[in-house]
Amino acid sequence: MRPQQVTMERKDAEREAVFELRNVSVFYGSQKAVNDVSMDIYRNTITALIGPSGCGKSTLLRSLNRMNDLIPDARVEGEVLYQGADMYSPRVNPVQVRKKIGMVFQRPNPFPKSIYDNVAFGPRTLGMTGDMDEIVERALRGAALWDDVKDRLKDNAYGMSGGQQQRLCIARAIATEPEVILMDEPCSALDPVSTGRIEDLMLELKERFTIVVVTHNMQQAARVSDMTAFLMVQMGADEHSRWGELVEYDETNRIFTNPADERTDNYVSGRIG
Amino acid sequence: MTTRVNEAGDVSRPSLKASSPRYGEKLIKAFLFVCAGLSVLVTTAIVISLLVPTVDFFTEVSITEFLFGTEWRPGRGTQTSYGVLPIVVGTLNITLIALVVAIPVGLLSAFYLSEYANPRLRKIVKPVLEVLAGIPTVAIGLFALYFLKPFFADLLPWVDLDGLFSQGVAGIAVGLMIVPLVASVAEDAMRAVPPGLREGAYALGATKLRVSLKVVFPAAISGIVAACVLAASRAIGETMVVLIAAGASPKLIGPWEFGESVLTMTAYIGRTATGDIATGTITYKTIFAVGALLFVMTLIMNLISIRLVRRFREVYE
Ligand SMILES: Nc1ncnc2c1ncn2[C@@H]1O[C@H](COP(=O)(O)OP(=O)(O)OP(=O)(O)O)[C@@H](O)[C@H]1O
Ligand SMILES: [Mg+2]
Repeated sequence: MRPQQVTMERKDAEREAVFELRNVSVFYGSQKAVNDVSMDIYRNTITALIGPSGCGKSTLLRSLNRMNDLIPDARVEGEVLYQGADMYSPRVNPVQVRKKIGMVFQRPNPFPKSIYDNVAFGPRTLGMTGDMDEIVERALRGAALWDDVKDRLKDNAYGMSGGQQQRLCIARAIATEPEVILMDEPCSALDPVSTGRIEDLMLELKERFTIVVVTHNMQQAARVSDMTAFLMVQMGADEHSRWGELVEYDETNRIFTNPADERTDNYVSGRIG
Repeated sequence: MTTRVNEAGDVSRPSLKASSPRYGEKLIKAFLFVCAGLSVLVTTAIVISLLVPTVDFFTEVSITEFLFGTEWRPGRGTQTSYGVLPIVVGTLNITLIALVVAIPVGLLSAFYLSEYANPRLRKIVKPVLEVLAGIPTVAIGLFALYFLKPFFADLLPWVDLDGLFSQGVAGIAVGLMIVPLVASVAEDAMRAVPPGLREGAYALGATKLRVSLKVVFPAAISGIVAACVLAASRAIGETMVVLIAAGASPKLIGPWEFGESVLTMTAYIGRTATGDIATGTITYKTIFAVGALLFVMTLIMNLISIRLVRRFREVYE
């Protein structure tokens, strides 16, 4: 037990928190969806959010790049610090936040434009200088898509397979050189082969980016992530109020082999959920 | 588990055959076919009824004189001249002025409603737009004559608006009339763009304006072009407003001559096709020839727009 303790501490010292969540609650109107989550998310790691449907994984993820601002009556309470600064301070422009924190969605959502224009959309939005062809090529290579599409960059993105479309969305997200990539069930619409390729890609990308991924797939969380957060639905006093809470957050290894909380154990071993 | 019992009481092997010969369905199908056939038939009948007197008309007046002549004086004894250009130009002027008003205002309203307005406001405004689209055109004509005209006379003192009629005022009135149509159809098209596309763009740090212009607009372009074409068709075919507010002088003038009165093709037909013209006379045939030309103009416009849509369409899914 003792040696492990030491390595843990050493790792903690090395790790640099990109996000610090302090008592974060998210509401849709008067309905609380996520209750009182506190956790740190570390640089150049893959953090997985797992938990049963409706426990607020997507909601929590979307509070990390202020996507919830787009929902008219969504509200975030508590503090989300991004590199030490309050992301929800009135002086922060959500548009600027999203330029630094990219996102990949559950269903591949390329624009109905050419493959090239899809990747170039972000860099153009940011007004990035430099050779656009080069930027596009670098992003496509980064998403392991270059060899598949280099001869048809002008073709419409909708002619690609689902897996390719999702890798295009990843290319689109990394083209702007963000610091963090949020992924909401990026493989749930894909077959096992495409899923495998995206998982490999995630492991490659974590050298350059910080990744937070929501997944329903236990094996996937175990395979790719360094840290895992387990959320669960809690019932309120009356039967209408239910919200998600963070049950346990630790190194993935520990969550899957020796979790501290019994509910985590039950969930990851497939007994509930 | 329960097993369904079919007609024959055969529990073990459910049959895939229909339980009845379903005459009712066949009857409905036949009825629907007749309805569909009827609408095709009616359209054909309209075209033929336009064509027959038109062909007759061209036995008396040459096509070149009709299409390229610049004097429109039908049935005026020795002065008679059947050059249709002035009333074509009048129609186009009104249409152009109307579209200059309706397309920007309509599209901007559509953008506002679809991308900026909060859902509660949209729920109120959308039905109001649809009601506005149904205001009787006579009312719009009166509005143009008794409100818009004096209004513009005050607003633009340097423009000669002394006469009662003005193509500018009539065109603007037609434009205002079709704003709700443009806004409503374009808004539908923009709403139909999958929310996932918007989210994808917002997640890349795009502003609302950029999302509207670079993602929603191109993805909705076919619907937006459709809205503009519908608007143009409405403007070309509009009769009552121009009859009331545009005047009756066939003139070959540019659309920028705001205060001038013009005669449009529809207004000519409208004021000529009264109960007392005898069938078979040249006047009778003239209104059909003008009607047929109007029909061809709208047809060409629709064909062009179909091509445009095909070219610029961004297909999603
Ligand atoms: N736009 C919204 N408006 C109102 N309530 C919402 C909205 N989005 C989500 N919710 C509610 O918030 C709660 C959490 O939803 P969320 O989508 O974050 O769960 P999830 O863990 O991602 O579920 P899943 O695994 O099914 O994707 C749910 O009860 C859901 O009904
Ligand atoms: Mg979700």
